[in-house]
Amino acid sequence: MNYLLEIKNLVKKYKQVVAVDGISFSVSEGTCFGLIGPNGAGKTTTIEVIEDIIPPTSGEILYKGKPRSSSFKQEVGIQFQHTALLSSLTLRETLKIFKSLYNKSADIEEIIDICNLREIQKRINDKISGGQKQRLMLALAMINKPELMFLDEPSTGLDPQARRNLWSIIHKIKEKGKTIILTTHYMEEAQRICDEIAIMDNGKIIAQGTPNQLIKKYCEEITIILPKDSIGFSMEQIPFRYLEINGKIEIKTSDINSCLNMLISKGTDLTELIVRSPNLENVYLNLTGKQLRD
Amino acid sequence: MSFKRLWAMFHARNLEFFRDWSALGWNFLFPFLIVAGFGMVFGGNDYTEYKVGVFPSQYDIIHSDQTDLPLRFAETRYIKFIGFKSFEDGIEKLKHHKIDFLVKAGSPSHEYWVSDSSPKGYIVEKIFKSTLLPNVKNIAEKKEIKGNEIRYIDWLFPGILAMNMMFSALWGVGYVVVRYRKMGVLKRLNATPLTAFEYLSSQVLSRIFILLFTLGVVWFGCDLVFHFKVAGSYFDLFIIFFTGGICLSAYGLVIAARGFSEEFTSGVVNFISWPMMFLSEVWFSLEGSPHWIKLIAKLFPLTHMLSAARKVMNDGATLSDVTPELAVLIFMTVLSIVVGAALFSWNK
Repeated sequence: MNYLLEIKNLVKKYKQVVAVDGISFSVSEGTCFGLIGPNGAGKTTTIEVIEDIIPPTSGEILYKGKPRSSSFKQEVGIQFQHTALLSSLTLRETLKIFKSLYNKSADIEEIIDICNLREIQKRINDKISGGQKQRLMLALAMINKPELMFLDEPSTGLDPQARRNLWSIIHKIKEKGKTIILTTHYMEEAQRICDEIAIMDNGKIIAQGTPNQLIKKYCEEITIILPKDSIGFSMEQIPFRYLEINGKIEIKTSDINSCLNMLISKGTDLTELIVRSPNLENVYLNLTGKQLRD
Repeated sequence: MSFKRLWAMFHARNLEFFRDWSALGWNFLFPFLIVAGFGMVFGGNDYTEYKVGVFPSQYDIIHSDQTDLPLRFAETRYIKFIGFKSFEDGIEKLKHHKIDFLVKAGSPSHEYWVSDSSPKGYIVEKIFKSTLLPNVKNIAEKKEIKGNEIRYIDWLFPGILAMNMMFSALWGVGYVVVRYRKMGVLKRLNATPLTAFEYLSSQVLSRIFILLFTLGVVWFGCDLVFHFKVAGSYFDLFIIFFTGGICLSAYGLVIAARGFSEEFTSGVVNFISWPMMFLSEVWFSLEGSPHWIKLIAKLFPLTHMLSAARKVMNDGATLSDVTPELAVLIFMTVLSIVVGAALFSWNK
């Protein structure tokens, strides 16, 4: 397999805290690799070590099969989770300034169009909305025609429209064959965008695979939801796991045909039936638990 | 090192500064207001050094023809006479050092009150007593100062400019870089190929450009009003201010090298700038001060820049005459840049 990036036994320690605990993964060229996990799982630390923003404690990071050289920063584009820009500059000036920092650069007009910045290009970058700022940050991450892009929680804090707009931009970037490493808290985002996902918790990768592989492996059961009143028999009689929540019965099954046949045979009213397929969020909660993380 | 990257950051910083109208205006207005203020205070005839209370009096401010105080005392320059209705009013002000001396008008024995802990009171007492003595002529021989007299404003002006440069350099480099570190701007720049040396050089060069531009505008504006006398060469003055500006900006780099707390940084900047302002002879001479104070003053670039600037402006010195000052400034610049670059951190 031709990997663009290989991480081997990466460790990052802060005094007593082990933020990243010996993780390994590889990212193929032209794919989108997602790192998901609760707050404090070590996602941001991991990608900041790979980005060469903070030094690793130990481990190996190979880019194109070799340790990162001084040209690494010329070839990668980075969007941080929290960052700010030089103030009092317009969006267009900011793009031009950043373009000057690289040897190779993209066409500013093309970047402006891809990131939907045309109408606000003359606005001062201190005076733009959260969604516009994220689009600018994405544009800056693309300004050097990077081969590898790091997007750290790019849609955090955005409203649903802005988030979907950002997803469509990321899809355009993917279509250009760029390799992307993305962290996110939105499982829908990870499921839509990522080709491969690693779930991190307590500095370790606890599961890895394509979204479908993870769902199949860690959350095979389908959920059937019915109002309690529509079931005219005792739930003790059914051979499936179930929960009673807010006047509704949630039946968990991996064999939906058998379950539905049984409900029909017992004369159940299926008018208000809801069938929920397993998704990445179920996988995530199954693996990391439902306890609150700060 | 890439000059393209250095120029990009230099350009960006200049755009930021010149678009921040409030900061820009203040950089021009502050030195002009100080020079104008001091020019009015020290240049006019209304300057007051001592305040003498007189009671009983119906006037708030007493002129020499409105009192029966000894005429030679009442006509002494730089003393303002303030009237009080009663002794109680006057003594209250004297106790709180609102006035330096209190005298009873029309008293045959010339009764007066003075605080023994007040240096100004001590001087006024001496003046008061001397004006009561018989007028003895030729008791001392007054000689005139030969050559061009240096007006106070001409002595003060380089100090005000240098002080403005110091504040602008320390805050404009030290504080701004720390604020950028805290906000994450430096982190974003660190994700690009920009090197620390390129970034720091661009900040110093941008600050120098801003300092000299501000200096030029303030000089021109103040000169229109006060008509400064420059005995030496303008080019030599430019070289001195340029070297001093680089040195002060490099000092700012040391402050900016670490830390992300704006409060802490503002404390450090104040800790450095206030002693530098007071001990670099911006406002007053250190002649007669203890040796250790003079030694501390030598650690400050402002002292050397100001010494050289005054020599050129007031005494007509040339660059070769101020070589020691320039050499110290260059040494301090190199040292500060080396220390600042070695300690510099992009991240929190």
